[in-house]
Amino acid sequence: MGNLNYLTNIGRKMPLLEIKNAKLKLDNKDILKGLSLSVNRGEVHAIMGPNGSGKSTLSYMLAGRDGYELASGEVFLEGQSLSDMEADERARSGLFLAFQYPVELPGVGGMSFLREAVNSRRKFLGEEELDHLAFVKEARKVASKMFVKDEMLKRAVNVGFSGGEKKRFEILQMAMLKPKVSILDETDSGLDVDALKIVSDGVNAQRNDENAIVVITHYQRLLDYIVPDFVHILSDGNIIKSGGPELALEVEKNGYAGLINAA
Amino acid sequence: MVATQETIDKVKEVSSTYKYGFVTDLEAEKAPLGLSEDIVKFISHKKKEPRWLLEWRLKAYKKWLSMEAPNWAMVDFPKINFQDIYYYSAPKTKPKLNSLDEVDPELLRTYEKLGIPIKEQEVLAGVAVDYVFDSVSVATTFREKLAKEGIIFCPISEAVQTHPDLVQKYIGSVIPISDNYYAALNSAVFTDGSFVYIPKGVKCPMELSTYFRINEQNSGQFERTLIIAEDDTYVSYLEGCTAPQRDENQLHAAVVELVAMNNAEIKYSTVQNWYPGDKDGNGGIYNFVTKRGNCIGKKSKISWTQVETGSAITWKYPSCVLKGDDSVGEFYSVAVANNAQQADTGTKMIHIGKNTKSTIISKGISAGKAQNTYRGQVQIQKNAKGSRNFTQCDSLLIGDKCGAHTVPYINQFTPHARVEHEATTSKISEDQLFYCLQRGLDTEQATSLIVNGFCKEVMKELPMEFAVEAQKLIGISLEGSVG
Repeated sequence: MGNLNYLTNIGRKMPLLEIKNAKLKLDNKDILKGLSLSVNRGEVHAIMGPNGSGKSTLSYMLAGRDGYELASGEVFLEGQSLSDMEADERARSGLFLAFQYPVELPGVGGMSFLREAVNSRRKFLGEEELDHLAFVKEARKVASKMFVKDEMLKRAVNVGFSGGEKKRFEILQMAMLKPKVSILDETDSGLDVDALKIVSDGVNAQRNDENAIVVITHYQRLLDYIVPDFVHILSDGNIIKSGGPELALEVEKNGYAGLINAA
Repeated sequence: MVATQETIDKVKEVSSTYKYGFVTDLEAEKAPLGLSEDIVKFISHKKKEPRWLLEWRLKAYKKWLSMEAPNWAMVDFPKINFQDIYYYSAPKTKPKLNSLDEVDPELLRTYEKLGIPIKEQEVLAGVAVDYVFDSVSVATTFREKLAKEGIIFCPISEAVQTHPDLVQKYIGSVIPISDNYYAALNSAVFTDGSFVYIPKGVKCPMELSTYFRINEQNSGQFERTLIIAEDDTYVSYLEGCTAPQRDENQLHAAVVELVAMNNAEIKYSTVQNWYPGDKDGNGGIYNFVTKRGNCIGKKSKISWTQVETGSAITWKYPSCVLKGDDSVGEFYSVAVANNAQQADTGTKMIHIGKNTKSTIISKGISAGKAQNTYRGQVQIQKNAKGSRNFTQCDSLLIGDKCGAHTVPYINQFTPHARVEHEATTSKISEDQLFYCLQRGLDTEQATSLIVNGFCKEVMKELPMEFAVEAQKLIGISLEGSVG
């Protein structure tokens, strides 16, 4: 028993997400240049950076999109290397990406899409797949907390959704899938203040000691609502500075230029 | 001269032997290879048909001889040798297997994916089990229930014996023997098919499915179906099966005729999953079908819904002739072509009566190196004032080696009508696939979901019992086409 506890403790201390010296090229151009980052359970990290710093590349790389394979370096999800895992395997293992631009799926009902996604994850976890009724009940419960109306779940995924609706639907999926690590890619883009608050509340409700959230953003304002434990500044494919929430305020005050020049 | 006389004698000898041998061989299970007037007579004799039907068949045969095989469809295949086909064989019993263990595992895998219950799997695969008899008794119960309503639902060969007047009146009334090459051929040599008659004022209380038609085992490659709906009736007919169907006959040329009287509605749904051949198209079925409905009566309605995933070549245009004023024709189609499949399918809507309406929704999906063509005709005749048509043709391409083609013909002979045509072509985008994968769906699940979304408007027209299986079928048909 003592032995097992010891192992469990190691497991708990192991970072949930670990990026080691990640290098990635797109069209022969270096985009990520040896980026490293360690994210533990219960933590919220913010990655801030100007346009073209590699923010979206980082999120696609983590999620395993075709064409975004690492040239060198490695990424671990709970100690397991992601390099041989396809995007869908990574997702089922508990990696979630909230898209900056959620994709329209004409004719695919929101409820059935959610159900397929949740059941894929449940199957992976060895849990029983939910039948239609049980699922609809659960989805409605979670949706109402996110101010997502039933009517929206009947519509085709993201088709004709407003910017706010799209982002709410992303966070609803996050809540249903209960991922270990969530990456929020520019979730604040295209949101007015009211929508931003609803989405942030949805994210905050999911913070706990077992999961971790990585918020990728250009602007500080999202971090007023989702307060991070750590802030990292991404510039030219690398993290040039890390700190606490106060770092975000510094960006707000002085812009990226000052920080980048100082580094 | 001598040589010539010799030849004549020889021919006489051969032909008389042939004829003779033929007659003595009337009890044979199988007609000799090839097609001739004698073969047509043989089939008619075998089926103990009345004189008029034999004459009708012979007329069709003569007509067929004078016709050329059509070559306007966008399909490509070697010329068919019609003398290398058997046109009649007694209903075969499939080889009986003792258990599912003896069935091709590939077939079982597909059954499982379709979610077909074990018992049905055994029936489909031809396993000899007791409850095959159960299904016969189910069918008998069905027929009794229908008979109570005065509905006739039986093999057409049986109807020829029991209701000859009805058959004689309507057979060929919608699709005349001279209609086209394959319809003429079918008229000459058809073996069996369904016959449905709904008497005045009756709404058929259940979906009529070939699945429940006993003695159906082997309708053969030249199937003939006739459905007659009298005034104020409704009937929904399901044809086909989602389970993969293999057949040793490569050519299938069916004819389906529908007749709708005043205020009658016929809904005809098809799921077609004949063997498409291997990846290069070898061995697949040629499906050359003629289907047409006559909306004779006022306010009558005929609705065709089809999900076509099988066959190496599909050549099929279920059509409506809208004669009755205020009659309605509908065509909802999903055609999936993968690998080397070729599909040329669509519809004809012929508006003759006043205020007639037609709707065409066609969804074509091409993958692999398949070619998928929508070919449709909307004709508004001079007196069809106030008529309307709406056509929507959407094509979805998967991969970059396949093709989608849309060939709409619109003939409008009165200014007092409205015809609308919309068409789109799209591809499954990488963004869509990645989005689905990121939610944990695998590539096949994602493709199936996106494609079924694309087909949704058509799928919702299918009767419930068909729809779920048809959705899975579309996913399976496209396996391996992405990624």
